[in-house]
Amino acid sequence: MSTLIVLPIIIPLVTACLGLLAFRSPRIQQALSVLGGFGLLTAAIVLLMRVWTAAEPPGGILVAQMGSWPAPFGITLVADLFGAIMVLLAAITGLAVLIYSVADVDMPRKRLLYFPLVHVLLAGVCGAFLTGDVFNLYVCFEVLLLSSFVLLSLGSERAQLEGAIKYVTLNLLSSAIFLSAAGILYGTAGTLNMADLSARIASAAEMGDGSNSQSGVFTVVAMMFMVAFGIKSAVFPLFFWLPASYHTPPFAVSALFAGLLTKVGVYALIRFFTLIFVHDTGFTHTILLWVAALTMVTGVLGAAVQMEFRRVLSFHIISQIGYMVLGLALFTPLAIAGAVFYIIHHIVVKANLFLVAGIAHRLRGTSALDRPGRFSIYSSAPLVAVLFMIPAMSLAGVPPLSGFWAKLVLIRAAIDERLFAYALVALLVGIMTLFSMTKIWAEAFWKSPPDEDRRGAPDEPESAARPPRIDRSLLGPIAALAAITVAIGLLAGPVFDLSTRTAEQLLNPAGYVRAVLGADHHRAATAERKEEPAP
Amino acid sequence: MNLQLLLAILVGGLFAAGIYLILRRSIVKLIIGLALISHGANLLIFASGRVVRASAPLVAEGQTSLRPPHADPLPQALILTAIVISFGVLAFMMVLVSRAYRALGTDDTDELRETDS
Repeated sequence: MSTLIVLPIIIPLVTACLGLLAFRSPRIQQALSVLGGFGLLTAAIVLLMRVWTAAEPPGGILVAQMGSWPAPFGITLVADLFGAIMVLLAAITGLAVLIYSVADVDMPRKRLLYFPLVHVLLAGVCGAFLTGDVFNLYVCFEVLLLSSFVLLSLGSERAQLEGAIKYVTLNLLSSAIFLSAAGILYGTAGTLNMADLSARIASAAEMGDGSNSQSGVFTVVAMMFMVAFGIKSAVFPLFFWLPASYHTPPFAVSALFAGLLTKVGVYALIRFFTLIFVHDTGFTHTILLWVAALTMVTGVLGAAVQMEFRRVLSFHIISQIGYMVLGLALFTPLAIAGAVFYIIHHIVVKANLFLVAGIAHRLRGTSALDRPGRFSIYSSAPLVAVLFMIPAMSLAGVPPLSGFWAKLVLIRAAIDERLFAYALVALLVGIMTLFSMTKIWAEAFWKSPPDEDRRGAPDEPESAARPPRIDRSLLGPIAALAAITVAIGLLAGPVFDLSTRTAEQLLNPAGYVRAVLGADHHRAATAERKEEPAP
Repeated sequence: MNLQLLLAILVGGLFAAGIYLILRRSIVKLIIGLALISHGANLLIFASGRVVRASAPLVAEGQTSLRPPHADPLPQALILTAIVISFGVLAFMMVLVSRAYRALGTDDTDELRETDS
């Protein structure tokens, strides 16, 4: 059982190591990486199925103690439904990006170990989703950050280096805040095991009346974690690094980042503020509510004024993060289920849109929306236009695609809580998203190039007459991701059941604690702690 | 003045100096600022592990458990990991900055406006 939980971390790491051994041959690395991607996907599917069938009603929690050290002392890996779903999404995005990279990423970058780096990133992401230990989470964050730094600056183009400086600086600052918060948390609670923390903070809140000093320290630490993860997940007002850097690397890299990296931050927010810091939800989750609304609005307004394909999409990442945080902040079973549904929908759609942006760039010769492209994509490559339409409409929330159901659940949850203003904001942001998507559609896909432009390119009359052929390995991943989007939309019922079960698990920290620490450990630990307060 | 208080002042000073340096326009000061902040975070972990006069956390011969008072070894292990990570990250950051300086021809962060809109 424990090997299964380790596999999503081991497979990418081993693939990366094998790729390093073959550092002279990018072709071998490429083949190995795609193979490793399929391996990771298989492991993720098996893991989710095992977690789903592990208990009755469906949805168990699988636990593995590394090195067989018992729970609060060693490093624990935990796969609950939420973690397993995230691993599966990471595997899907990773595989799609790896296949797309074969044709999209240029040879110099492949020679500089592009493929092993992607796998190290995937190992870090999967590790972050599966770990049950705060410090281990920090280490996983650093693993994925370091490889993302290199992937972002690989190639050393001017814009890339400039974007990388901003990205690295803010992420390092966030890591320092994370580390400080972990240190204070250890000093106060005496443990860094998430399950143990959950139990201890709950019992500290029980003993005091909520205003005692220890509970106050936990709230301070909670806010530090909120800032640290807020920077990583690009919420208002901490998002400025994202639109400054995500449009600079190759399209495959930005698709990988857009799909996964901010969502690791959102994952950590949801994990911490459902499992550990639930002692003062009136304070912490109200702040999250404000943050969510402002993130949605600023993101979508930022996108409205942008005129570059990937910058528009980058700002939309921010506004979509707002929806997920809104689900967490409402903190009802329906809202958390909505947040989980939203993440499932969003990762697939967002990665796909960035991949389509890459093809649009190839066809038009530019990513700027206010400059005429070489070809009208709609008339020269209608299939690409359709493949853009599916994720774009899903992002905006047009039924029956996946985004519609995700938004529906969240807005319904807000109305149930009588927070009509937030429901209204979510609706309006959806309309504004539709506006941005139609802007991209009209400018990049529909508009024919002006005639004089076509005549004004005498140096390459042959290629100007016919659009460049789009490689199958570029179209394949996009078509697969679009198919998943449609499937999530049409099979919304089963996906929603999965999200609901996940939400029930997330809102029941006691179940997590019991799975990790064992049934009677908790009582023994609290009795012992009353005698020795300091660690 | 006890050591705990001194450490607290030191950590606060490191964070303040680090943030001040990050807010300066020079890209080199940015690196130094980030280094100072990561030192501050490491010392913070050290301080929150309690600075006490106690024996090493080794189980004496013939015994089965630790005898208090003993020092907590975990913060040191955490700091060691964090130091290694921040070393690697800073090394990367220096290479990045030197490449950026050569490519962009400036060390002034105010002039890095190409990727903003």
